[in-house]
Amino acid sequence: MNELIYTLTTYSFVRYALIVGVLIALCSSLLGVTLVLKRFSFIGDGLSHVAFGAMAVATVIGIADNMLFTMPVTIICAVLLLRTGQNTKIKGDAAVAMISVGSLALGYLLMNIFSTSSNLSGDVCSTLFGSTSILTLSVFEVWLCVALSIVVVVLFILFYNKIFAVTFDENFAKATGVHSEFYNLLIAVVIAVIIVLAMNLVGSLLISALVIFPALSAMRVFKSFKSVTICSACFSVVCALLGIIISVLFGTPVGSTIVAVDIVAFFLFWLIGIFAGGKAK
Amino acid sequence: MAQIICKNLSLGYDSNVIVKNLNFTVNSGDYLCIVGENGSGKSTLMRTLLSLQKSLFGELEFSDGLKPNEIGYLPQQTFVQRDFPASVFEIVLSGLCSKKGFKPFYSKEDKALALKNMKKMEIENLKNRCYRELSGGQQQRVLLARALCATSKALLLDEPVSGLDPMLTNQMYELIYNLNKKEKITIIMISHDIESALKYSTHILHIGKEIFFGTKQEYLNSNIVDGFLSNSKGGAQ
Ligand SMILES: Nc1ncnc2c1ncn2[C@@H]1O[C@H](COP(=O)(O)OP(=O)(O)OP(=O)(O)O)[C@@H](O)[C@H]1O
Ligand SMILES: [Mg+2]
Repeated sequence: MNELIYTLTTYSFVRYALIVGVLIALCSSLLGVTLVLKRFSFIGDGLSHVAFGAMAVATVIGIADNMLFTMPVTIICAVLLLRTGQNTKIKGDAAVAMISVGSLALGYLLMNIFSTSSNLSGDVCSTLFGSTSILTLSVFEVWLCVALSIVVVVLFILFYNKIFAVTFDENFAKATGVHSEFYNLLIAVVIAVIIVLAMNLVGSLLISALVIFPALSAMRVFKSFKSVTICSACFSVVCALLGIIISVLFGTPVGSTIVAVDIVAFFLFWLIGIFAGGKAK
Repeated sequence: MAQIICKNLSLGYDSNVIVKNLNFTVNSGDYLCIVGENGSGKSTLMRTLLSLQKSLFGELEFSDGLKPNEIGYLPQQTFVQRDFPASVFEIVLSGLCSKKGFKPFYSKEDKALALKNMKKMEIENLKNRCYRELSGGQQQRVLLARALCATSKALLLDEPVSGLDPMLTNQMYELIYNLNKKEKITIIMISHDIESALKYSTHILHIGKEIFFGTKQEYLNSNIVDGFLSNSKGGAQ
């Protein structure tokens, strides 16, 4: 405990990591419920690979701040993927798979050909699994992350009721005059933003975990949309905090530690769900 | 007063015409039953009325102060994921969503209205229950309460009693009939239950090889009904 307090007060990068980690965990869990329910989680997965490809391109071109390039590219891909997903004539999931695997491969290829770094596989590994990049955040990145997270949370609260209506029954919402296309677009853009942010935290391969685990865990125990949303937000924040602290104390990779905590907590919730469900009967 | 006017309407998907030259008028307070065989295009007509899809040809007009998004809707099948966490109250409230425009939250009045509609459907005791744990009949009522939140003028119901037992079916018909009589809500209902259709409705629209539109009495006097009734009896054997 003393060691923890010492680390926190001495090293600003640990504080940054905690702030950013908690915010990202919060944002991704808020939309996670909608994504899981709308069967959009595969889009999140695909987008994270796109973000990896974009990151590779940014590194090769030599853009100082990767996020300025990855963000727009990922947003555009999110919108495109959503379009193809809605068009029933093209197989939505096939398109997602194509784009995601394609950008993964191209990203690695580009990094391999053009990289000036001596430790290529280390670089790739850290982009995929996030290893230590969250501990090397610049002040600018921290502020960008804080600002974007606030935007995401505010948007989510403002549109909470609309998002529920569109998620629960899109046809009814459309028939009664809710602009469901607009909200789908909004959801897609916000996912893209979250994914690019979360890449710093857990790396592109593990983002889906951050989106899916809180929602699925909360759904084991709670039965209304509101309680599930609130529970998954708390779940995600607590797990992220625990994960980061553990990884700082024991020197484990941040991303996979957070996901490991998520998995443990999921089984806990699963057991609670079974126990509570059994008692209700 | 005419609320919905269809002139020479053709329905279908892409270039595939399913129904041609549909002409009918719905006045406020009418109880219109749409009957016809499976696949004759009843649900397609309803989706067109709700502007969920475009008509291929012809005119569809809303008048008498009815805006296209003021129609309540009970779909033939509501595809809700098995594990969707949603309380009954949340779902009924979501019927008010489009009326709120850009206002983000529901007011006290909205919640009171939702509760009132739940009372009408006799589901106020289910308020905090989880939707997916309800029986089919209870679920239908929840969706009907939601539809009532979306409108005070016209309700479109696509086979509202499919899958309900005879008792619940009759209850459902009575509920709908009361809405029509007491609240003067226009009802447009798709039904395969021709006897109940004839019992409650004021007008009939028959879609099929022959298209018929008229009052219940005119329908009973026409020869379409004979063919349809004997056909459906033949089909039951
Ligand atoms: N999305 C679609 N794309 C193309 N054709 C469709 C589509 N949906 C329905 N159809 C076709 O349109 C025709 C009418 O379908 P519709 O669902 O309107 O029938 P219905 O009268 O409601 O039948 P039921 O009594 O079984 O509900 C059918 O032949 C069907 O095959
Ligand atoms: Mg139908």
